[in-house]
Amino acid sequence: MTQTTTAPLAADPAQLSPPGLGRRLRGAMHSSPAYMTGILILLLLFFTFMRPNTFASAFNMRNIFLDASTLLVLSIGMTYVMIAGGFDLSIGSVLVFAGVAAAKTMEAMGTDTIFTVLVGLVVALIGGVAWGLFNGWCISRLRVSALITTLGSMGAALGISYLLTDGNDVRTVPTTLIAIGTGSLMGIPWLVLISAVFTVVGMVWLHMTRYGRHTYLVGSNAEAARRAGINVNNHLLSLYMLSGFLAGVAAMLSLGRFSTTTLEGHGTDPLEAITAVVLGGTSLSGGRGTIIGTVIGVFIPAVLANGFIIMGVAPFWQMVVIGFVVIAAVYVDQLKRQSRERG
Amino acid sequence: MTDAAPASAAPILQARNIVKHFGHVEALRGADFSACAGEVTALIGDNGAGKSTLVKILSGVYAANSGEILLNGAPVRFSSPSDAHAAGIETVYQDLSVAPDLSPAANMFMGRERLRPGWLGRLGFLDNAAMRRESLQAFQRLKVSLKDMDTPIADLSGGQRQSVAICRAIMWAKNVVFMDEPTAALGVVQTGRTLDLIRRIRDTGVAIVLISHNMRDVLQVADCIEVLRLGRRIARMRNEGVTVQDLVGAMTGALDSQEEGAAA
Repeated sequence: MTQTTTAPLAADPAQLSPPGLGRRLRGAMHSSPAYMTGILILLLLFFTFMRPNTFASAFNMRNIFLDASTLLVLSIGMTYVMIAGGFDLSIGSVLVFAGVAAAKTMEAMGTDTIFTVLVGLVVALIGGVAWGLFNGWCISRLRVSALITTLGSMGAALGISYLLTDGNDVRTVPTTLIAIGTGSLMGIPWLVLISAVFTVVGMVWLHMTRYGRHTYLVGSNAEAARRAGINVNNHLLSLYMLSGFLAGVAAMLSLGRFSTTTLEGHGTDPLEAITAVVLGGTSLSGGRGTIIGTVIGVFIPAVLANGFIIMGVAPFWQMVVIGFVVIAAVYVDQLKRQSRERG
Repeated sequence: MTDAAPASAAPILQARNIVKHFGHVEALRGADFSACAGEVTALIGDNGAGKSTLVKILSGVYAANSGEILLNGAPVRFSSPSDAHAAGIETVYQDLSVAPDLSPAANMFMGRERLRPGWLGRLGFLDNAAMRRESLQAFQRLKVSLKDMDTPIADLSGGQRQSVAICRAIMWAKNVVFMDEPTAALGVVQTGRTLDLIRRIRDTGVAIVLISHNMRDVLQVADCIEVLRLGRRIARMRNEGVTVQDLVGAMTGALDSQEEGAAA
């Protein structure tokens, strides 16, 4: 009976009121983030069931969040870039470069106060944004493909980092920064809090502002956006600068956590970020994606790796599993696109 | 067939003696054009006659080498599509200028997003409720019913996507709407609906310029027909008793002898 009464309403073309919560939820149920949330919950339940005392402990949960925090910040920037139909392979190297620049500056200052850290932060951000500006300029003005541009700057930024350090990690990180990197507020690590703030701001900015809307438009149909008067080139430029900026933030988080520039430690960062973004349902062709999806996409590999270690499974299995899951996720995305185009 | 310029209204948009060349190729050799408010003016011509070039000049995409454009009788100069937009001139392109991944409302306000009042607006926050409401009003005014207001328009039919593109142009065009082959990608039923939509829009008082290869479409909706050949306007006629043969003849030059008087 309810069906017969609601059917005419549902077919009402006027649709005067915005969709209610129920309809929105039903719509969201069929999105990739919803499937991935389900998978994440299943993983959490599975490991909790297998190792209730170790996996589900507060200490372990804290570790998972801590491990994910730097990657999460990088993945926020990657989400923006990929929704606009772009790509940024350079973020790992830019992170290293920004960290080296900041660490060298703080070393040269010779002080160890919050002011030292702030100067280091500014240097890291400038370093990150400068690489973003370079990437964005090559991509939007010189029309070099994003893949090639950021592949090139991935090598160049790391090379310059090695030149600046003679290949040796800078280990003179101020204790003030290390205190932040390893400390916590009310039991929650600062790194987790900071990355949570960037995630929430990134989410609100992407989904509720004109900047975010233009990001989707550029990714969905750049030519239409151009005809509609949106400055597509400047928008792309700013997106790569945003990605570089967040790599600068992540550089400081990494310095604080590991008290070293970790020259060798970020080679796979961009690939992990892309994996997270794709798992989260962002379309490789641009125009679609959410920050919440990316958050889920960051945590699925993190939980899997942590759970495997705790269960005594070689953690390398995580790489194997995630590798195949990414391929499957993209395949499912393509199937959905094709069925939509037919329908 | 009458060849007199419409006495009913003064042209809202006029082009005189437009010349445009690309390198050695002369796309337009002194083309004239005029469109009146509340009328559908069809612009027809064979491939390479210069239709697209003329429309691009009139909508600010290209700059003419020489000639003048008059809007409401006053000379205007468009150096970018934004200038034309500001003058109340919009274009519906053949390849849909819509973002398939976004909602109808997001498409309607593409590049002209409505911001929230107050400080949130200054921070760039969108007023999605207002955009949705105004889009819906525009759709209802033009009797366009969409399957779903809150889905990416990729989920809509081709005809509905085209309706969104047309309604967007209407929402922003105060003076003239150019439609470049708006039915080229549509089926029979959807083409019929789009032509109805074009008539309803004409009745709102804007000038519509329809560029089409489909002579039956042209004869169905046009009030006035301008024929371009080899970069010049060679005929301007009222759509009264005109046949497809007349149009084809004018386009190909077969009717030159009879039509010479028609060239304005």
